[in-house]
Amino acid sequence: MPQSLFQKVWDAHAVRTLANGQTQLLIGTHLIHEVTSPQAFGMLRDLSLKVAMPHRTFATVDHIVPTDQFAEPFADPLADAMIKELRRNCAEFGITFFDRSTGKQGIVHIVGPEQGITQPGTTIACGDSHTSTHGAFGAIAFGIGTTQIRDVLATQTMALGRLKVRRINVNGRLRSGVYAKDVILHIIRVLGVNGGTGFAYEYGGEVFDRFSMEERMTVCNMSIEGGARAGYVNPDDTTYAYLKGRPYSPKGAAWDAAVARWRSFASDPGCTYDDVVTIDAADIVPTVTWGINPGQGISINERVPDPQAVSGDERTSVEEALAYMKLPPGAPIKGTRIDVAFLGSCTNGRLSDFQEVARFLRGRKVAPGIKAIAVPGSQGVGLLCAELGIDRVFRDAGFEWREAGCSMCLAMNPDKLVGDQLCASSSNRNFKGRQGSPTGRTILMSPLMVAAAAVTGTVADAREVFAVGDR
Amino acid sequence: MALAQITSVSGRAVYVPGNDIDTDRIIPARFMKCVTFDGLGEFLFYDVRKNADGSEKPHPLNEARFKGATILLSGLNFGCGSSREHAPQAIQKYGFRAVVTEGFAEIFFGNCTTLGIPCMVAKREDIARIAEAVNSDPQLEVTLDLSAREIRFGGQVVKATIRETDRDALVNGRWDAIGELLEGRAAIDATAARLPYLAA
Repeated sequence: MPQSLFQKVWDAHAVRTLANGQTQLLIGTHLIHEVTSPQAFGMLRDLSLKVAMPHRTFATVDHIVPTDQFAEPFADPLADAMIKELRRNCAEFGITFFDRSTGKQGIVHIVGPEQGITQPGTTIACGDSHTSTHGAFGAIAFGIGTTQIRDVLATQTMALGRLKVRRINVNGRLRSGVYAKDVILHIIRVLGVNGGTGFAYEYGGEVFDRFSMEERMTVCNMSIEGGARAGYVNPDDTTYAYLKGRPYSPKGAAWDAAVARWRSFASDPGCTYDDVVTIDAADIVPTVTWGINPGQGISINERVPDPQAVSGDERTSVEEALAYMKLPPGAPIKGTRIDVAFLGSCTNGRLSDFQEVARFLRGRKVAPGIKAIAVPGSQGVGLLCAELGIDRVFRDAGFEWREAGCSMCLAMNPDKLVGDQLCASSSNRNFKGRQGSPTGRTILMSPLMVAAAAVTGTVADAREVFAVGDR
Repeated sequence: MALAQITSVSGRAVYVPGNDIDTDRIIPARFMKCVTFDGLGEFLFYDVRKNADGSEKPHPLNEARFKGATILLSGLNFGCGSSREHAPQAIQKYGFRAVVTEGFAEIFFGNCTTLGIPCMVAKREDIARIAEAVNSDPQLEVTLDLSAREIRFGGQVVKATIRETDRDALVNGRWDAIGELLEGRAAIDATAARLPYLAA
């Protein structure tokens, strides 16, 4: 009987059925960071438990690190206490910590793949909802809470109910100036912010077959914004080429055996899905959000909704969103003045994101009065950008070029909006207050659209601003 | 570890209207700069309850008549976004013992069960009826019955559902899975031994 990757990975990692009917699922790789793990270690100590498989747990520091100052102690004593606590916990329990001094520090969802820790056919958990990112490699990756972090630390397993699988095909060819970010914003717009509840999303079709690993990661990253607990792409030669030679990738004869095993996890032709959705790539346009959740998106050339044109619940939510965003009903989104441009995050903070923008940014300048920051997702990404002279392109254009961290995506660090500033952001969430100011406003978009907003000072169509031609 | 068998929750209720209330709204990220969950209750819904100067905005939780409510009512897709357990921790530490909405985001829902907070789903019109009843009489006792899968208030009864695995865990006192997970030691090792990437 043909099976999906999800079924195969689940069955391979199912330890046993628990009394309430959930599965005790083995978690092959556990990733931790400073925000959601300290209480879990506290619980371990309270219960006098040890970490079951410390060699399968990897730590990094990302949410709270300043991106423009590294001397410790940090200016913020709370942030300083958190990095010290993580260091202490990793030392005490024998966990590998990609601290800044290792040169491997960065956002957890960028570090895992970059180090070759994220591998096909595995299960991954992390106390962070964007753990779905790792599904790009054909892994089943779950965002979990702190009590579950304790469970995984103590037993390398957790209790979970099996998910249904929805196959999402994106067929055809993307238009020029349309990126992976637009693909996922489009999917969420079509299926809704809670459309994925109870599902893992399997992304496929010609667009995903052609996508690089970094593009696949961008899409899988935001699965959770569509309500899906996990999202993945079947592993293929693109996956194996990316992983070859990475620090934690198998070497020598073990490499060939691993590739054969990884290949066997891909969904079988003819397997059944609980649901199938097909999207035509030609229907996807550069997409921007206008509201306060990632499903409230429109094409750059559309107008924001008019609450009078809709009714019931929808009217209430449009009114609430427009009031918060201070956008006039029915107005074009294009031309909206911005204050800040943010390029980075676990969604779009990888080498190819900066590379693609640099292609067009050379010789251009950030508009006067706009604060523009570019934040590589890891020290590794920062180093590669420096080697390629990409950081210079950004600096010359008037961007502040920072060091690795989550930065302004969730602003648990000094990078945050002030007052009701409007930010053109390559991150993943436009919730009220998300970027650090209780009245701050976020418009989500692709990295190149962020650059277009930075140079024009307004929400703009990158295809026009940069004369983006056919690929 | 003997856990309470949570078969029902009774108490006063408060209705916080809105769909897609995300965990950043429930607890803004800046309050997560901590290494324990202590004291999170006071930051529940902080930015929609408080102005920058600390004065209060109009919000159901700021109304004296709803102080002491232990059942939180809300709309669709409650708890979406971040996996932060700080959100259910803040809800619990504020004093809530159960949540009833039109639907929950999945990670939030699981986090609540693990803390022994039942999350039940009811129809919009039924939540509206409960909300109407508690708005006219904030002292009204509301009872969530996990066995009968219903909510009772002021002589009325409405249906409510909860995912069976989580209902089972709550009513049988096994909502914190750690004990049972630890008992699986031998089976864990056997499963790990079959997976080459873990055996290495």
